[in-house]
Amino acid sequence: MNPSKPLPLLVLGAGIAGITAALEAAEAGRDVVLVEAEPAVGGRVLRNHLYFPKLCPPSCGMEINVRRLERNPRIRVLVRTNVGKATSTPDGWLVTLNQAPAYINDRCTMCGVCSEACPAKVSDPFNLGMKQVPAIRIPHPSAWPRRFVMDRKACPADCKACVDACKYNAIDLNASPLEETVEVSAVVIATGWHPYPIEKLTELGGGTLPDVIANVQMERLVSPAGPTAGKIQRPSDGRTPKRVAFVQCAGSRDVNHLPYCSAVCCLASLKQALYVHDQLPETEVTIYYIDRRAPGRNEDVLTRVAATSGVKLVKGKVGKIERGSGGALKLSVEDVESGRLADAQADLVVLATGMVPNVRTDQLPFGLTNDDDGFGLDNMERRVVVAGVSRRPEDVAASVRDATGAAAKAMVAAGRRA
Amino acid sequence: MQKFGVFICTGCGIGEAIKVDPLAAKAKKAGAVVCTTHPCLCAPEGVAAIRSTLQGGAAEGVLLAACSIRAKSEEFRFDPAQAAVERVSLREQCVWSHPAGDENTQMLAEDLMAMGLAKIAKISVPKPLTETIEHTVLVVGGGIAGLEAARAAAGVGHPVVLVEAKDKVGGHLASIKDMVPEHPPYDVVHPNRVTELAAQVSAHPQIRILTSAKIRSIAGQPGQFQVEVDTPIGALSFTAGAIVQATGARPYDARKLAHLGYSQSPNVVTSQELDGMLGAGKLARPSDGKLPEHIVFVQCAGSRDPQHLPYCSSECCGNTLRQVAAIHRDYPKVETAVVYRDMRTPGQLERFYLAVQSQPNGMFTRGEVEKVEGNGHLKVYLRESLLGDGVALDADLVVLAVGMVPNTADGEAVRTLHDAQKRAATGDSEVQKAEAAKLAASLIHHGGTEILNLGYRQGPDLPILKYMFHDSHFICFPYETRRTGVYVAGSAHAPMDAAQAAEDGWGAAMKAVQCIAAAWRGEAVHPRAGDITIPDFFLQRCTQCKRCTEECPFGTLNEDVKGTPQPNPLRCRRCGICMGACPERIVSFADYSVDAISSMIKAMEVPEEDEEKPRIVAFLCENDAVPALDVAASQRRSWNPWVRVIPLRCLGSMNIVWIADALSRGIDGVILIGCKRGDDYQCHFVKGSELANTRLSNVQETLQRLQLEKERIQVVELAHDEYHRITDVLDEFAGVIEKVGPNPMKGF
Repeated sequence: MNPSKPLPLLVLGAGIAGITAALEAAEAGRDVVLVEAEPAVGGRVLRNHLYFPKLCPPSCGMEINVRRLERNPRIRVLVRTNVGKATSTPDGWLVTLNQAPAYINDRCTMCGVCSEACPAKVSDPFNLGMKQVPAIRIPHPSAWPRRFVMDRKACPADCKACVDACKYNAIDLNASPLEETVEVSAVVIATGWHPYPIEKLTELGGGTLPDVIANVQMERLVSPAGPTAGKIQRPSDGRTPKRVAFVQCAGSRDVNHLPYCSAVCCLASLKQALYVHDQLPETEVTIYYIDRRAPGRNEDVLTRVAATSGVKLVKGKVGKIERGSGGALKLSVEDVESGRLADAQADLVVLATGMVPNVRTDQLPFGLTNDDDGFGLDNMERRVVVAGVSRRPEDVAASVRDATGAAAKAMVAAGRRA
Repeated sequence: MQKFGVFICTGCGIGEAIKVDPLAAKAKKAGAVVCTTHPCLCAPEGVAAIRSTLQGGAAEGVLLAACSIRAKSEEFRFDPAQAAVERVSLREQCVWSHPAGDENTQMLAEDLMAMGLAKIAKISVPKPLTETIEHTVLVVGGGIAGLEAARAAAGVGHPVVLVEAKDKVGGHLASIKDMVPEHPPYDVVHPNRVTELAAQVSAHPQIRILTSAKIRSIAGQPGQFQVEVDTPIGALSFTAGAIVQATGARPYDARKLAHLGYSQSPNVVTSQELDGMLGAGKLARPSDGKLPEHIVFVQCAGSRDPQHLPYCSSECCGNTLRQVAAIHRDYPKVETAVVYRDMRTPGQLERFYLAVQSQPNGMFTRGEVEKVEGNGHLKVYLRESLLGDGVALDADLVVLAVGMVPNTADGEAVRTLHDAQKRAATGDSEVQKAEAAKLAASLIHHGGTEILNLGYRQGPDLPILKYMFHDSHFICFPYETRRTGVYVAGSAHAPMDAAQAAEDGWGAAMKAVQCIAAAWRGEAVHPRAGDITIPDFFLQRCTQCKRCTEECPFGTLNEDVKGTPQPNPLRCRRCGICMGACPERIVSFADYSVDAISSMIKAMEVPEEDEEKPRIVAFLCENDAVPALDVAASQRRSWNPWVRVIPLRCLGSMNIVWIADALSRGIDGVILIGCKRGDDYQCHFVKGSELANTRLSNVQETLQRLQLEKERIQVVELAHDEYHRITDVLDEFAGVIEKVGPNPMKGF
């Protein structure tokens, strides 16, 4: 180790929190290694159509962040990479990083000929499996690094269609994984979250009724880059829904599923109600909630939705969703306070499913302590800091604030001597 | 720049779609020291060729006619202090979006090349700023956010001066006994950690705390702020590199909530007053000093109410739970009821809510409080309640969970007030004086609210975004600030609870430290992080029109007595809005200037009218519109081949002389595509898109003078993800231009 040059920070996860932590530290002069498991950065936020409360596209801010990333000589971004083992050292951590092969090298110009030649189709991870795409492709319109990616496992035996099509010698089907060891001074864990699986919400028809979808799927359904090129339609028959119901706290605030509040679902549904209303003004929208949680200036979104005719906010817990008559869905709604039960009908139901922190299930080798819900806790002594939804359920603005602070915490932790 | 090399890529279909020889010929004619074509310029061999041209000193810069500036940026990145790199987007703007082998495509390619050559001839390699930079961080406000900010900045090695108005630090948490849980266990109140934090910060060798102190003035710029502070031991002055403003919030004035009984009955108190009792260990009815039996908490007292505070104050639900928990612990016989509209306990705080809710002596009920009546004994009337409309709860103590109002000053309003007061006294005419006096009267409540006392032409404090919070791009970039080097933390920043305020202190400190580091490197901070160019003002030609000093979104420019701008380059964010504002065209950057863009306009060929090939200049914001066009091209969407795109740093850097240049050359139409403006603006430089739109209203005069139709100029708002729309926008504009007919200036 060169004593005059501090060891880099390691940031795990290149979603909005990880990108922020990495950039803020690097722009303050620190070297950073930013590690992402997916082939492109951006994580969950880019899978949203618009952000609340401004209803603006996430790719807009990401454009600036990507520019900051690519122009900063102090950041190394490793995509398709996971952490192997890690050992504590007097100066930080010695970490093994395993990078899956890209199969596509720097010579790729993104000309797209390979994609056209590819005979294999896979379900698109960017679109949460809602769309079929070629095995070799650009992950999404604003993907960065701007390079094609390949699902090698989907290749038919002995197929070399892409290799033959590529004029730039940019594809190597025999590429092998890389392993490297880095010594870092502190670790920021920003591995984000995954949606609570709707299949676990059997009483709400999750995974069995095709017209019961999750909020994250709704984001893809309205996106121009989504499976329907932005048209809101029922998965079962492609029809335009006349009645859309949003079911809040689907899994959250429920001791049988997630005891905590996922903090973003109220705003997500309020925003999505506006998506539906803007695209299908005749469609009736109902949001069933326990509490309308729109903290801070997000209250403005609630005010706006409450004033939108065609959108109803109903206090009630949806206990059961079944197939109704004529292709409709039947919802049993319980008024939480009175205990009264009522039925309602909908053509499309959006379950406002909560966020599960990936640190709850991922086996990271840093001895991270988790709270009862699986969220991570800072450990400055061990030089491990959490950021974003690894810490708590929170929205983008709070994640960015938290991740900016996490960069400072990591720098402080890095300065410690064991 | 005299010495530049030109590299033309023929890969990605460029070589098949267009003839590159005429492009190379143009480059040679323009004096390129090297001009080569390469089958794949971004491949290692191509990059090596570029590098050797630059390293040999043969060229100061290169023009790369290949793909968009957003593609291959790592391969085509060279040290910006050593070499200028210009990109001509042959791939996205020409061959991916227009038919191969077509005459119009060829003309487009040749124009793009000519425009690139014209620009590189006019730019130079920037020299980074080298200034003496102070590393001290000034923290204003010693509540939890300020204390954490001080701890963070000192923790990464910066000296800190913390200025607190009160006689001790800790803020309003200092006198509170318990805290809402910030970490596990989440189902119980936690002991207050602020006293310990204050002690820790006070003892830190790198941190100096000034109490009972007030900022008298802050002059200068990031890295060099000259701070004067009034303290009980006299005035102190020191230099600070960056500032964290953590001035907190105050409770909403409960006297304005007369319907809730405040100041009608002594037994109606605010949550802060209840905290005072709990902190002192004496819960008592103010009317008779006895222990209350039934306490009713009224949530959203003033918050979520357009008559009072339209926003949710974010911390009151948690605070009430904390107080209820403390009462049940310390006074087990007291019964509590909480009347709420929506219980807002996000995240793990839900566990706290569940735990407090399960207390036997507590009740939570949804409803709105219509009114509170009575004196010693109170009745709390509910509506929209499950208990029934008009039902009343009995109470002998009512606690109003009043909302929080940020301790901020609207810097722009204060400045407008001061200017109006000055005009009212010394105006040119009685009419002007009277108007100014009226304006001053309407803003008089801003007088004396100053906190930072910044020596900025645009006002002594930060501008306000909404509801008096200092904020800007609060989703993607919550620390974006319109005063470079000043970062807001805690409840002056946005409504938040103590746990969030503590984290926000760390975030703001991070930005302060980063700003100092960037100033030391001579680089811009976000969003043009790393940019080493600075605007150069050729002041001999300045006419003191003050447009630049007024329009800079970041308050970069002060004025001398005559109104000549005084640049503060370390405040600058390099958006170029001053360059767009200047009618004398005296502002330029090494790599971006009025002259360089004018030269691009002049370089494109304008066919004669009978050729029926109209020409359109499209000024595109490089942050949103250029990316949208790139994506459209990557999806092989096409647009009208008459369009010539000129990317701008920000639409606000658009100088209207370019429009005059274009129209007087016979170009048929000019379209500007920028980011969304208005309340929910998406412009990364806050005001750029809006200013461009305002300036265009002045262009209408130019059009009239030239006897041209107003349809020839259009400004369009477009979001980053509207790649499916941008091609339609361009095509529709071309349709309009076709209908309007050729520009009569052609050939003159």
